[in-house]
Amino acid sequence: MFDFLDLERYDLFGVFWTTIQLTVYSAIGSLIWGTILAGMRVSPVPIMRGFATVYVNLLRNTPLTLIIVFCSLGLNQTLGVTMFTDGDPEPTNFRLAVLGFIVYTATFVCEAIRSGINTVPVGQAEAARAIGLPFTQVLGTIVLPQAFRAVIAPLANVLIALTKNTTVAAAIGVAEASLLMKEMIENEAQTIPIALVFAFGFIILTLPMGLFLGWVANRMAVKR
Amino acid sequence: MSDAALIKKPQDVAPLAEDLVVLSDVNKHYGALHVLQDINLTIKRGEVVVVIGPSGSGKSTLCRTINRLETIDSGTITIDEKPLPEEGRQLARLRAEVGMVFQSFNLFAHKTVLENVMLGPIKVRRENKTEVEARARDLLTRVGVGNQCDKYPAQLSGGQQQRVAIARALAMKPKVMLFDEPTSALDPEMINEVLEVMRTLAEEGMTMVVVTHEMGFARSAANRVVFMADGRIVEEADPHQFFDNPQSDRARDFLSKILAH
Repeated sequence: MFDFLDLERYDLFGVFWTTIQLTVYSAIGSLIWGTILAGMRVSPVPIMRGFATVYVNLLRNTPLTLIIVFCSLGLNQTLGVTMFTDGDPEPTNFRLAVLGFIVYTATFVCEAIRSGINTVPVGQAEAARAIGLPFTQVLGTIVLPQAFRAVIAPLANVLIALTKNTTVAAAIGVAEASLLMKEMIENEAQTIPIALVFAFGFIILTLPMGLFLGWVANRMAVKR
Repeated sequence: MSDAALIKKPQDVAPLAEDLVVLSDVNKHYGALHVLQDINLTIKRGEVVVVIGPSGSGKSTLCRTINRLETIDSGTITIDEKPLPEEGRQLARLRAEVGMVFQSFNLFAHKTVLENVMLGPIKVRRENKTEVEARARDLLTRVGVGNQCDKYPAQLSGGQQQRVAIARALAMKPKVMLFDEPTSALDPEMINEVLEVMRTLAEEGMTMVVVTHEMGFARSAANRVVFMADGRIVEEADPHQFFDNPQSDRARDFLSKILAH
């Protein structure tokens, strides 16, 4: 039944490796950018708050496929952005896809962290201000560390969604898992077993991620 | 505990007859509610001022305006002859010189007791870590929680947490300490251990503004009692005079309600 699994012909591990790389780079980028956005959304500066609010509401309500396709057609082919490559489509498309995922996923990271900020009692920030910490340090040393611990579980959801969303990169020709799946289905006429293999591949990636982060969330919880 | 010195250098807080905190014509509204009405109050260096009054009289708000945790609508507040800055770094610098102790302790929940006390001097004053740690341990010992250094706030009793909070404020070597109902969230048997620390501090010459319902503390430790009602300072007097012979009807009424039992 699984005789279509010809690893000589189909680089199954290679494409999942690409999926993992897409996920890891995008996750790191969107965590950083999402945290900055969350900081802007609670900052006392109206322009920053306004920018972050508009950004988040615009980007999270735009279909991901549209963003990824725009990265390729708009940024690359129209504006000539090559993401620091020599124009070779292979790394360029990969990096454009990562950019698209960061831009999109950061909005969800931002909103998760913002909900975490709301779980930190006002008194914590007041005490920090009272000993003379400026806003950035109140946020960085007191509020965000507690907010992060409160949102590890919701962030795990964002991460799992991101892992599965990387399949959209196939739309601009990045050789990740779903692109190979499409090719195999066309070649092998074994739709259901092939789909099962790929579904299983994604579960192997996401299930431990969810379990591990759930365990971390429990361990790191701030006791009040 | 009372014989141990909480502050090392008494000359830092030498009782110069000098105005340290001056509030003049301070007004504040919460929407339609006029919470602070034409407040004029001067606190001299080394003085212990206790603010009492019924709930909702504006005494906590008054306390919080002094380090601008609450903004004011009109009037001026100066600390050491410098007016309170509006926002930003200068305000942060001023707050570093004003210690604050809250009703709900507000110890940083994700940091140990020792880290709580060390955070300000290291992050705000950029002092040497080894020296700060020695000072923090010393302060914690003086307030009687020296053996709890590596615990997290949630593992301590309320009275212990509040004493850590006092040590955290003292670590910044403040010019004045603000206490916003420091014992109101405590179980009765823990109130005394906190008041004892505060009394020691007062005896050592720390300038203190204390909002409290502890009349015993007001009577024994205060240089002056400020009685507030409905957003106004109704009466200001020496504690003995205030408790034994209040001048205003509002104060007599208040005292008759709380001292009847």
